[in-house]
Amino acid sequence: MLSARGLTKSFGDFTAVDGIDFEVRKGESFGFLGPNGAGKSSTMRMVAAVSPVTSGELRIFGLDPAVDGTAIKARLGNCPQQDRLDEELSVEENLWVYGRFFGLTKAEVRARADELLDFAQLTERRKDKVEPLSGGMKRRLVIARSLINNPELLLLDEPTTGLDPQARHVLWDRLFRLKRQGVTLILTTHYMDEAEQLCDRLVVMDHGRIVAEGSPRTLIAEHSTREVVEVRYDTDDHAEPATALDGIGERMEVLPDRVLIYAQDGDAAATAVSRAGVEPLSTLVRRSTLEDVFLHLTGRTLID
Amino acid sequence: MSAVPQSRLVPGARRPLSVVERTWGLMGFHLTLLRRTWRGMVVSRFLSPVLLLAAMGIGVGNLVDNASGGVGGVSYLDYVVPGIVMASVMQWAVSESTWPIMTLIKWNQMYAAMLSTPSKVADVLRAHWIVISFGIAWSTAVFIAVAALFGGVSSWWALLGLPIAVLTGLAFSTPLFWFAASTNNEENFSTIFRLVVTPLMLFSGTFFPIDQLPVWLQPLAWITPLWHGTELARPSFLGDPLGAGHSGWWVVHLAALTAYVVVGAWGARRALSARVEA
Repeated sequence: MLSARGLTKSFGDFTAVDGIDFEVRKGESFGFLGPNGAGKSSTMRMVAAVSPVTSGELRIFGLDPAVDGTAIKARLGNCPQQDRLDEELSVEENLWVYGRFFGLTKAEVRARADELLDFAQLTERRKDKVEPLSGGMKRRLVIARSLINNPELLLLDEPTTGLDPQARHVLWDRLFRLKRQGVTLILTTHYMDEAEQLCDRLVVMDHGRIVAEGSPRTLIAEHSTREVVEVRYDTDDHAEPATALDGIGERMEVLPDRVLIYAQDGDAAATAVSRAGVEPLSTLVRRSTLEDVFLHLTGRTLID
Repeated sequence: MSAVPQSRLVPGARRPLSVVERTWGLMGFHLTLLRRTWRGMVVSRFLSPVLLLAAMGIGVGNLVDNASGGVGGVSYLDYVVPGIVMASVMQWAVSESTWPIMTLIKWNQMYAAMLSTPSKVADVLRAHWIVISFGIAWSTAVFIAVAALFGGVSSWWALLGLPIAVLTGLAFSTPLFWFAASTNNEENFSTIFRLVVTPLMLFSGTFFPIDQLPVWLQPLAWITPLWHGTELARPSFLGDPLGAGHSGWWVVHLAALTAYVVVGAWGARRALSARVEA
């Protein structure tokens, strides 16, 4: 369905995407995970055949976007980070006009819009202007719109950023249904729960490169331990009590407000902590998550 | 390619779109939007030209005609109508090619939305310019009809003013698209209105022949599309489209306006592509 070899995107001296390789198979849902500025959106724009490839090879449906850009765009759905809706038009008008961009007939557009309004749970708001809709509704409308041409591949750039939990779950549910219908999904996110929920396979990007690749489960297995113990002490400086914990678990990370111990057996590690001398305020054993992997691979420093 | 299905909703390779299909699809957006907004536009578009027509053509016109027997042998009303038509065309074209473009590029980003479909930058611009051209032609037609009610149109050749109006409008529109696609600061548009539109309206032969201006100012008028548009249109309104008295100047005016459109369109396409397809 999609393959990239040495895919690179530069803006002047700045290299946003630095020679990445990946492949997406039909029917799969594939995620790009990474902090802001990691190159996810630049990659998505190249895959959407909107932004030209600087170097490397990119094939979508076996076609080269530099040659067959319009043929590719006719078959994919693009749900960008920004809504890009005309807020003066009504909900259904936004769907209609977009469908016409694909050369669909008036009858096709109308029928498709009816289905998609239902899918996006917006049928009751179809005559309303877009402007007063909530963020979640606008997002659902953008996803509905990106499906107007019945795409085989749907690109979603941070589909749920800025939405409340209810709206996110509704969106996830809709994306699940699409996946069940056989639509290939490629999405970017910096929400770990979203990646775990939606992605069969994902890559972690940092500084324009792919730093890890696999299913959520294999990534956790490869880059983290099975469990994590979070230990808090009654202190302003956790580095001090942490010295007593040396040797417990496989790896330790000292944060300003707690110490994280990465261990295969969390309970054993917790017992070892309580025997280590200083009495902690609290000890919590939990399973490793994708977030642990993510922070381990891309660091805790804030990137803006 | 005979295996490609008729409907463009069937998975697999889709039947390619022709230029006409792509343009028509994109025009649908502007026409849908126009259906929402035309009522408000009628008032804002016609109020000021009709007031100008009444004040200048009839008020000032009587004074001029009584004092000097008109301008170059025609009544002042006849003289000023094509001037007001073209000056209005300029204002319509400028207002449709500044803030609305910024909206489509930056605020609602509909241009980017269009370019994520099988549309190309040239299609997006073409569709928009066709709609603007229709708007200008339609507004000009209504205005000519109103002017005719005032007795300010003396020949059916005035209808030739429609294509001239469209050409003049595009001579403003295309360079402004270029500018709008290249700037990030919409305050520049107010500057354009203050420093370009208003002076041009006053000093490009709208209300009086530019030979009334100081000699050093006249070349400034020669480079403006408004002067060329007005000079091209006026003979038609007076019933003598090729302007016998002007001996072939119409070719120069036509060439100047065309040059504005061609260069403007070229630059707009480059600038929009650089902005949206980076």
